[in-house]
Amino acid sequence: MVETDLSKKWNYLRKILERSGPFDTEAFTPSSDTLDFLHNTCKILVIGAGGLGCELLKDLAMMGFKNIDVIDMDTIELSNLNRQFLFRRKDIGKSKAETAAEFINKRIPGTKVTPHFCKIQDYDESFYRQFHIVVSGLDSIVARRWINGMLISLVRLEEDGTVDQSSVIPMIDGGTEGFKGNARVIFPTLNACIDCNLDLFPPQISYPLCTIANTPRLPEHCIEYVKIIQWDKENPFKCALDGDDPEHVSWVYEKAQERANIYNITGLSYRLVQGVLKNIIPAVSSTNAVIAAVCATEVFKIATSCYEALNNYFVFNDIDGIYTYKFEAEKNPKCLACSTVPRMISINNPSSMTLQDLIDYLCTNVEFQMKSPGITTMINGKNKTLYMSTVKSIEEQTRSNLTLSLHELNLSDGQELIIADATNPNSIVVKLKFTDNEVEMY
Amino acid sequence: MSSSVPSPESDKSRKYDRQIRLWGDHGQNLLENSQICLINANALGTEILKGLALPGIGSFTIIDQNLVTEEDIGSNFFLEQSSLGKSRAKCATQFLQELNPDVNGESIDENVDNIIANNSDFFQNFSVVVACALNEKSLIKLSNLLWDLNIPLISCKTVGFIGTARIQLKEYCVIETHPDNKHHDLRLEEPFDSLKEHCEKIELGSKVPWLVILFKHLEAYKVKYNKIPQTYKEKSELRTMIRDSMSADEENFEEAIKAVNSSFGGGKPNSVLQEILNDNACINLTKNSPPFWIMVRALKDFIENEGKGYLPLPGIIPDMTAETSLYINLQNVYRAKALQDADIVFRRVQELLEELNKSCDWITEKDVRLFCREAAYIAIIRGSKISDEYEKGSNTATIASELENIDSLMGHYVVLRSQDRFITEHGCMPGEIQVDIDTARVKSQASKLLNDWGINISLNDDLIHEICRYGGSEIHSVSAFLGGAIAHEIIKIVTRQYKSLDNTIIYDGINSQCATFKF
Ligand SMILES: [Zn+2]
Repeated sequence: MVETDLSKKWNYLRKILERSGPFDTEAFTPSSDTLDFLHNTCKILVIGAGGLGCELLKDLAMMGFKNIDVIDMDTIELSNLNRQFLFRRKDIGKSKAETAAEFINKRIPGTKVTPHFCKIQDYDESFYRQFHIVVSGLDSIVARRWINGMLISLVRLEEDGTVDQSSVIPMIDGGTEGFKGNARVIFPTLNACIDCNLDLFPPQISYPLCTIANTPRLPEHCIEYVKIIQWDKENPFKCALDGDDPEHVSWVYEKAQERANIYNITGLSYRLVQGVLKNIIPAVSSTNAVIAAVCATEVFKIATSCYEALNNYFVFNDIDGIYTYKFEAEKNPKCLACSTVPRMISINNPSSMTLQDLIDYLCTNVEFQMKSPGITTMINGKNKTLYMSTVKSIEEQTRSNLTLSLHELNLSDGQELIIADATNPNSIVVKLKFTDNEVEMY
Repeated sequence: MSSSVPSPESDKSRKYDRQIRLWGDHGQNLLENSQICLINANALGTEILKGLALPGIGSFTIIDQNLVTEEDIGSNFFLEQSSLGKSRAKCATQFLQELNPDVNGESIDENVDNIIANNSDFFQNFSVVVACALNEKSLIKLSNLLWDLNIPLISCKTVGFIGTARIQLKEYCVIETHPDNKHHDLRLEEPFDSLKEHCEKIELGSKVPWLVILFKHLEAYKVKYNKIPQTYKEKSELRTMIRDSMSADEENFEEAIKAVNSSFGGGKPNSVLQEILNDNACINLTKNSPPFWIMVRALKDFIENEGKGYLPLPGIIPDMTAETSLYINLQNVYRAKALQDADIVFRRVQELLEELNKSCDWITEKDVRLFCREAAYIAIIRGSKISDEYEKGSNTATIASELENIDSLMGHYVVLRSQDRFITEHGCMPGEIQVDIDTARVKSQASKLLNDWGINISLNDDLIHEICRYGGSEIHSVSAFLGGAIAHEIIKIVTRQYKSLDNTIIYDGINSQCATFKF
């Protein structure tokens, strides 16, 4: 299907692209070729078709991009409708990616949004390599880190060891929470990546188990108790707890209220129960609109070279007036994802530290923040899987290793471990360094 | 205040769940009763209304006399190919209304000047009026009209990668400002009687909340040194005292040591609040005084009498490691005192209402309790008239000093104002056809403007050139940015929560930065 645009439809963009100005970059040449490139050649991938994703698709299509792919595994829920404006009530239960694509293609004829109703992990390098720019509007840090790792692995080196610029796919990443948001521009391996600054993501609130079980003080503690302990014990619906099932939520609400009453804890509400069970992040359309607009503006700058791209991190907050701030996030030379130097882990007690301790460290340390690391290594010239939880049969075979110390596992000073985790499509290598006993661990 | 709080399982409550978590059911109620007027449904205008229709305002009305052009279709998401040549107000209304069936939309194909001149009552029922890319003359008339009607006005526009918004508000009073870092007001330095009695009964141990531990050691410190620790050294001394009384590794003691730094100093009005308490609107109540000022007055009377210089206690304590009953009992001590204080303020409010001949249920006990809890952080914003800014030139000293700073976005402000003058004089956007000639014309407008303000600084020409390059283009992502931000300011104004922009923002999309100024 060939659509001819109205002849004056893109006149506003033409003023930018076909005229020169004092702030143009050196790479910019006024020409009608640039709009032609946006229309016919440039391929953009939008990751996520939620709050940010809907805005991004609209913004990019209105900025002249006609070849856009969107990937999202989620389906539409009622609580999305206050901000995910490409969806209507009749769409509840349908694929977000497919519904959003259909809407944009209909509203803006000539735009070809291609939906992918699946996980980002379902595709490999050959899929991601086809795009000029990737924009992500995700609420999951793990997914962000995964796509970040993917784009880093696509970077090729020239024979002299320098980066082949044509293999660098820029990633623009947006995130929002309530009235706060941020946007950043990543040129994989050339500037700071997601994993370079993991400390920018606040750790999730978690309550100690002993508080939940023995000394609850907040309504949240009562909810967690029902969720973690009481549900499994009583198993009221003979299935796993589903925060989207109103019957489940009501049951938890009732039981948590009973527990709160016993301890004279006040302030429990149905909304709070839902919030804790689903780990709900408050969201409003305006913040998504702002952050997506910043991301789309940066995509346009990079695709057209009209202005220098944001270098490299933008923060927005409109709790008190309107506040914005930008800074240059720095590349971390020890980054797990974009540095080629293996990361060192210092261990001072290899005979008492167990494999489980090491895994816990990888999950809780701010610089690793892994989810369920699988660990293999080379012992006496042979590959050996120490532990892997993702494949059931291997988990069963390797479970007994968890309680063994690093010495008992025959690991030695300088040992390289190959670690696979959901936070990166590729394995990473860490090197164990056994230190003197006087030195504090880590 | 009327309130109909739907049950959390209700359809509406589920649809708006993610935002009700931010501004509450009471905020949502106010939003659903708001009526917004938009003048000019360009891309910026429809992006603003999108950000309002989705969260569920009551209704919107679009005033726009223009017919849809091809350029509109290329920049405005709420128009489509088939809209070409039709009423922009009608087409945009139709597409915006599809966003949310709860919202009522209306369109008026009229010249806004006619409405201002012949039907000024028209605006009376709106909660906020937003004017996009409105010409200087109409804007000045509208500014005067809405100032007298006491209806908030927002004037905004984008051109190319530059945008600006200006809020005109007479007075905006906020009880729930939701500050990012709320300080817990614990009254440890001057504990109230029931707190003293409570803490004295408790013996220290591993199950006691840190607040009690800190209380006891602070009392001991006061006996020893006859003062409150203030300097770093004095606080270290208190920390050492706590550490010395700890028998083993005890989490609650560690928490008490950490809390030494952050737990003192609440409860007294800060300078911002002091200014509100001394405001004429507080001291001289009239029968036109809104509930806010009546409560502020009752607050002032409380602080000066029963409170002995202190605010009513908010009654909120942080979570801390402790046995349940010890924590809950302590929480109850704070809550009881907070209720007691709020009750005194409420009785004072009742007296004031009687003096002012107002119905005694005009301000409810619930209103007063909320007010007392938030008292330390209440805010008022007083604005100025856009017409004064345009006709008299306000804050020229700030403009002058900002222009000395090469990184300031004040230059953008001057250029945008020069563009306004150009449009008034030439009836078109600068650079629509001839960039060079118009650049020179805008430059001369800028010098005239600066001259009018008595400012003797010449502007960097680059920005003027760039504005003329844009030739009046509206770039979608720039309007989407500003539209989102403005929608949010309107939500703040109608929900009366969070501090609004005061009163001008400049957005520079070339460099991804913003600045705010007050005129
Ligand atoms: Zn990195």
